[in-house]
Amino acid sequence: MSAAPDRGIVLTGVAAGAAGNVLDAVAAGAAGTLLDAVASALETAQDAPAPAVHLAGVTKTFGPVQALKDLSATIQPGRLTGLVGPDGAGKTTLMRLMAGLMMPSAGTIQVLGLDTRRDTDRLADLVGYMPQRFGLYEDLSVMENLRLHGALRGMDPARQGSAFDRLLAFTRLEPFTRRLAGDLSGGMKQKLGLACALLGTPRVLLLDEPGVGVDPISRQDLWEMVAALTDQGLAVVWATAYLDEAERCATVLLLNEGQLVFAGPPGDLTRRIAHRSFRLTAPTGDRRELLQRALDLPAVCDGVLQGAALRVVLRGEGPHRDISEGTSEGTSEMNPEETHEVTSEGHPKATYEGSAEGYSKGTSERTPEGSAAALHDVTADASPGLAALQALAAEINARLEPVPPRFEDAFVDLLGGGPGGTSGLAARMPPVDLGLAAVVECRHLTRHFGSFTAADDVSFQVRPGEIFGLLGPNGAGKSTTFKMLCGLLKPSAGEARVAGLDLRRASGQAKGRLGYMAQKFSLYGLLSVRQNLAFYAGVQGLEGQVRRGRIAEMIDTFQLQPFLDRAPEELPLGYKQRLALACALMHRPPVLFLDEPTSGVDPLTRREFWTHINGLVRKGVTILVTTHFMDEAEYCDRMALMYQARVIALDTPDALKAAVALHPGEQPTMEQAFIRLIERNGGSEEATANQPNPAIQVTQTSQENSGRETTGTKPTTLAMPLTGPSKELRDRGRRESEQPRPAA
Amino acid sequence: MNPNPPPAASPSAPPFSGRRLLALVRKEGLQVVRDPSAILIAFVLPVILLFLFAYAVSLDIRQVPIGLVLATEDPQAQSLAAAFAGTRYFRVTPARDPREVVAGVETGTLDGLVMIPADFARRLADPRLGPLVEIVTDGSQPNTANFVANYAQGVVTGWAQGQGLAPAPLVDLRPRFWFNPEIESRRFLVPGAIGIIMTMIGTLLTALVLAREWERGTMEALLATPARVAEILLGKLLPYFVLGLLATLGSAALAIGVFGLPLHGSWGALLLLSAVFLVPALGQGLVISAIARNQFIAAQVALFTGFLPAFLLSGFLFEIDSMPAPIRAITLVVPARYFIASLQTVFLAGDAWAVFLPNMAAMLTIGAVFFVLARAKTRKSLDP
Repeated sequence: MSAAPDRGIVLTGVAAGAAGNVLDAVAAGAAGTLLDAVASALETAQDAPAPAVHLAGVTKTFGPVQALKDLSATIQPGRLTGLVGPDGAGKTTLMRLMAGLMMPSAGTIQVLGLDTRRDTDRLADLVGYMPQRFGLYEDLSVMENLRLHGALRGMDPARQGSAFDRLLAFTRLEPFTRRLAGDLSGGMKQKLGLACALLGTPRVLLLDEPGVGVDPISRQDLWEMVAALTDQGLAVVWATAYLDEAERCATVLLLNEGQLVFAGPPGDLTRRIAHRSFRLTAPTGDRRELLQRALDLPAVCDGVLQGAALRVVLRGEGPHRDISEGTSEGTSEMNPEETHEVTSEGHPKATYEGSAEGYSKGTSERTPEGSAAALHDVTADASPGLAALQALAAEINARLEPVPPRFEDAFVDLLGGGPGGTSGLAARMPPVDLGLAAVVECRHLTRHFGSFTAADDVSFQVRPGEIFGLLGPNGAGKSTTFKMLCGLLKPSAGEARVAGLDLRRASGQAKGRLGYMAQKFSLYGLLSVRQNLAFYAGVQGLEGQVRRGRIAEMIDTFQLQPFLDRAPEELPLGYKQRLALACALMHRPPVLFLDEPTSGVDPLTRREFWTHINGLVRKGVTILVTTHFMDEAEYCDRMALMYQARVIALDTPDALKAAVALHPGEQPTMEQAFIRLIERNGGSEEATANQPNPAIQVTQTSQENSGRETTGTKPTTLAMPLTGPSKELRDRGRRESEQPRPAA
Repeated sequence: MNPNPPPAASPSAPPFSGRRLLALVRKEGLQVVRDPSAILIAFVLPVILLFLFAYAVSLDIRQVPIGLVLATEDPQAQSLAAAFAGTRYFRVTPARDPREVVAGVETGTLDGLVMIPADFARRLADPRLGPLVEIVTDGSQPNTANFVANYAQGVVTGWAQGQGLAPAPLVDLRPRFWFNPEIESRRFLVPGAIGIIMTMIGTLLTALVLAREWERGTMEALLATPARVAEILLGKLLPYFVLGLLATLGSAALAIGVFGLPLHGSWGALLLLSAVFLVPALGQGLVISAIARNQFIAAQVALFTGFLPAFLLSGFLFEIDSMPAPIRAITLVVPARYFIASLQTVFLAGDAWAVFLPNMAAMLTIGAVFFVLARAKTRKSLDP
């Protein structure tokens, strides 16, 4: 165990190697060897930091439902640990277990050496926990919330004042101390929730989905705060359903359906698919057709649209899937027990074996250096998969270039790859041609609620066969605009047309021409799947032969046959989404409205959904989608960026990104583009509050440094510096945070 | 080197902290002041209920409309008719022929008929000829029918005695109403209404505000702090205890000042009784919210297990002694029963400690059971 090579799971300080083994052993679920591993690690390095959280064989059941299955892992102090997974993966349950708010059904959890089962009361002194929705009293002011939590956490009243000042400076809430928490914006609520959780001297900070419902600027702010906190030696756990957030964490626990599917630095997971991610840029032609063709290649594991280009991930090789190898490619003396990958036996989606057999082991895959290798290195001994992709690129005269892998690519790969590219649904839909220049059109659309303007002078046109996105943080006016276009809300001023029909005069007819899929699916829980289909067919005015035909067609297309007599709640998420889509499309509408269709949904379900949508668009169906999910934005042909009731930008995703690039070579992400566009549009309370924060000592914000030494001399108390770092240091921090993320 | 000294070194939190409790009470107080629904339940609702029970819901019957058929010119019959017309309990529609007023009874404009027969004088002289007057009542409204029959009889008896006609009865039955000499239902309804109001504040409000903490996720944040369950529960109870006492004082002041109710007992006894009643009422609210954790369900359960029994089974509207035995047994566990009986005593009779003490003992016993249940159900855990 002594000479285990450092594979990027550098923990902290001098004992990195030994502690790394502990992590490996734990992550491998080898509960039996756990104690041995701990013991030997302690022997070899007395200075090894004790893990902040120790999970051993944790299982949690609610009635018949297994929310967590035999989960073992450790969480280290002084690092940001991402608890990542789609909705329903068990993140919140695990957070509550670690906070001592629930007891595991089996296994043990130790937080700072305390057993959550026995030492619940003492645990509360050491753990700061911010639940979803922040747990604030909305009818108390900012200061009153702070005072309450300060008193509850046993803070010395004499010292309370200076601690509050420090936290208020840290969160930049000083100007708002008298404001009721309910009147704060999502971002400010989140910061106040964080401040409350930080009172006292917690050593473990648990943040449950802090990024939800918060605009990207505040989210970025929070990342900086958390970086400062981990520098103080805190263990911070950040639960999220956004896979792109995972890449910012030092370590990731990836959950899927209650199982830990990966534990380790995100780079370790993305490294597995190094040299398998490519961007395919076609000069002309239909990018959706290209995506379909690419996805239908057997060698392609995953593909998504990225603006005008296509992002493709090739399947790994057969032996690579062997769980005993895990991330260990390239290190010959690897020991099977030390793998990061958690066994996924019994996992329904984990049927990788054999699916990609026949590919030779490309040595290029084994180079441990990052993915910056040039394409010719890859082509030197191209796998048949790459050859197939190259053939496709050559055929349509497209440019094929390697790109750094993303965490989400790796997750999809881990789950066995996405669905194929052909939509059975689209195949059955007749082509749509309305003969209109603009299918959805709104001019100067405005809506007031009392003195509050929810949508202000919104104008845009959606062309036939286009996916048009309304993008913006919560409360930006997306939903209000959407509801006006659906005829659910009357505009205060302006006009809107859908499928050529004026919503003021013919809103009933217009509604008949559009399909609507609401957030969280809006299916009837007390009706069976069959009854839901029949109900929606009836509501859409279908009768007799047509109605029976359409229902049968939907059942057939979406393979709902086995579930017909079940309640929608019992369906797997993917089937629930299929059913909701079937219900919305029963009357074959030429326009489809999607409200946050896939946020929080696992990536495989999300890909299947977009395969259908892409298929429909190719048939001429027009799609309008609202989202705050940057990935969904990439599927849009054009999108309107909404902020504070106004459209602040409208263009193709690529043009929006290009417009904000700081220098010609830079390729900002959608989220970065979003942040910069909002900042340019500043002047809001939020934006002015987001000047560089002197209270945060941003020493290192880039991914590269996440495995750095953080332990040792740093005090464990939350000693936020009262005086900020030098301006130079601060500026450096800002600059770094604005640079594109370096590939791990 | 080690950033995490063993947690054993950190002092274990004291089992109960007055400072934390104070912070929680303060927070709850601020919320009550800022929450319109709490003000509504604690101060507006009592006023509405009191006015309702003092004026709209009256069990007294006044000016019942009846038809009076007088088929004779006999002067004695005339004086009996005048006796009917003179009583303030009847509003008389005179008639010569029954057919004129029967339709009135049928359509409900009249609640009964009193018929003085044509041979009234002869019947008076010789009771063997038949009853003096015939009384027809509307059986579809039994209360009113009884009232008409009894009062008509009373009028006839009174008249006969006044005329010196009736033989002096062997037993001189003269009803005298103690405690409520004017038999005004308001006098026993208003103390009862105070009992209902206290049930609303104690049970409904407590259940709602606790369920709201679960719903909004603030309870989750609270449980994650070092606060103990006892502190959280007490922090909830104390403000609502004070609020309940304030509402009692307000309601009592309203009852005495505006509705002219006498307070024969002492304010001290009234406050003590209210304080004791709040123990089971708040306890019940705690138990409900510990089980429901959802405002809608909590409200429903509070209405069905708190408000309705207080209304129907406390002796407030319906006399417990006239209930069937099984129902009477159920009323034994309705705390409002003991409270309302005591309140009526303290308002209308005085400080009867012989009544209060057993009632208070009963309320405290029920309260203790609720608190044990609430403490068992409220764990510092989100586990269902």
